[in-house]
Amino acid sequence: MKAQDDATLISARGLVKKYGDFVAVDHIDFEVAAGQAFGFLGPNGAGKSSTMRMIGCVSPPSGGTLRILGLDPVRDGPRIRAQLGVVPQQDTLDLELTVRENLIVYGRYFGLPRSVLRSRADELLDFVQLADRANDKVEPLSGGMKRRLTIARALINEPRLLLLDEPTTGLDPQARHVVWDRLFRLKQQGVTLVLTTHYMDEAEQLCDELVVMDKGRIIARGSPWQLIERYSTRDVVELRFPLGENESVAPRIDGLAERIDVLPDRLLVYTHDGDACLAAVHARGLTPVASLVRRSTLEDVFLRLTGRSLID
Amino acid sequence: MAALTLRIFPYGALGGRRGLVLVERSLMVYRHTWIIIVSGFFEPLFYLLAVGVGIGKLVPSISFHGQVIDYTAFVAPAMLASSAMNGAIYDSTFNVFWKLKYAKIYEGILATPLGPGDVAVGEIVWSLGRGVIYSAAFLVVCAAMGLVHSFAALLALPFAVLEGLAFAACGMAATTFMRSWQDFEWVTLVLLPLFLFSATFYPLSTYPGALAHVVRWTPLYQAVDVQRALLLGGLHPGLLADCGYLAAMGLIGGAVAVRRLARLLLH
Repeated sequence: MKAQDDATLISARGLVKKYGDFVAVDHIDFEVAAGQAFGFLGPNGAGKSSTMRMIGCVSPPSGGTLRILGLDPVRDGPRIRAQLGVVPQQDTLDLELTVRENLIVYGRYFGLPRSVLRSRADELLDFVQLADRANDKVEPLSGGMKRRLTIARALINEPRLLLLDEPTTGLDPQARHVVWDRLFRLKQQGVTLVLTTHYMDEAEQLCDELVVMDKGRIIARGSPWQLIERYSTRDVVELRFPLGENESVAPRIDGLAERIDVLPDRLLVYTHDGDACLAAVHARGLTPVASLVRRSTLEDVFLRLTGRSLID
Repeated sequence: MAALTLRIFPYGALGGRRGLVLVERSLMVYRHTWIIIVSGFFEPLFYLLAVGVGIGKLVPSISFHGQVIDYTAFVAPAMLASSAMNGAIYDSTFNVFWKLKYAKIYEGILATPLGPGDVAVGEIVWSLGRGVIYSAAFLVVCAAMGLVHSFAALLALPFAVLEGLAFAACGMAATTFMRSWQDFEWVTLVLLPLFLFSATFYPLSTYPGALAHVVRWTPLYQAVDVQRALLLGGLHPGLLADCGYLAAMGLIGGAVAVRRLARLLLH
């Protein structure tokens, strides 16, 4: 039992979260192993953030069982939170304090002595590349800098488990890559990561295992490549025909692929050998305006599982 | 001071000593903006000079518990009580609202081992501390102006702690019900008449019978009553009831604040 406790940091069985009549999380089961990077994927309103708040012990479950670090979040909230690092969806940085003071004061909330925090704050500022802004106020920092500071803040108590709710939403590509790089390093240091995202490239980059959520339920789970293998093909051929012709062309390439998605602007042809498929399309006398052969990504899986219609 | 407050009032039941790190936070914040704190001290001082000294020139000396005193000496204890109230209200209302609704400071804090009880204790202790700082500064001014007539004035500061607790706790509790900045008009609407009519500028006996009873039951009147007795002499058992009233405000306000914070932030 002890060995299992060490290996499993979070386990949920039939976990439910309701707000009034609305069921945000609907009987989900999952386990997060130590050292893993575990992702919750899903469109807006899928229940990812509600699940994260329950794991963060700031939202009591409405049903089912949840164990974090072997403890009960309702009874042992403070003891669990002492070992968690939390990067919330919206930054909650202390705008009245400087960058460095943010780290120090946050460490004080964990009851850590100032002497320890001083050196730890400097190390963390180096780690997130903010050492030169240490004595600046937080307000004028860029979105990417604030995000990195939030991550540094979440690490001040040297957590066993780091929770990240959409860590790179709203960041520019450069800032996203810096954040990914830092998270990857943390993972290598053995920190267990749990994150939510609706960026498929983020999930592919970071996650060892993920669950896809939709309408409060888990609809698929596995490693990124397992999900691609199960729900998509190895390759995808994207074909663009002149406007309005996509629809009529689709029947003519029938049989060349496992599955075809007809979008307003292009055709997505799912196949195990993209080059051969494209050659076959040309052999049938079809000449697309543009064509692209690429590997399947999680995005293909995601759109297949959760549909293409807008969710607001 | 903060630790002493906790020992006197059983706030441990609501949150704990851990919440005092929020006082640390406030000290860090005000290291950058200390001028804001300094400015708050001048308000009661200006009133004392304008009303007490200025209008006092037109008012013949006033009779208080059998002794004839200067009008300035009569107004000073009321300004002392007001300074503790104002100091306690500044941080527990406007600043708490900003941290709760806009800066989301408390959401960040609740992700640590601290809980809503700790947040309430920390913020209330800091807010009342601001009231006590103003009271201390004002008391020094009163002493220098020869407005202190009794050794019981030594108790004025400990009493300011109790008064600050009462207003800070109720201020914070009220703030948790505020929806927008417009709602703060209610704070002004409550505080201004309290400041003007709590027997601050004239004795309670000025009011006709029924109205005097109403005023007797308002919160700032309790504090004015006590501070006047402490500074001018004339202690009586009724002052204990005043203290009980303020202690009840502190306990009820604190309990409501904790419950509301939990409801707003831990859903």
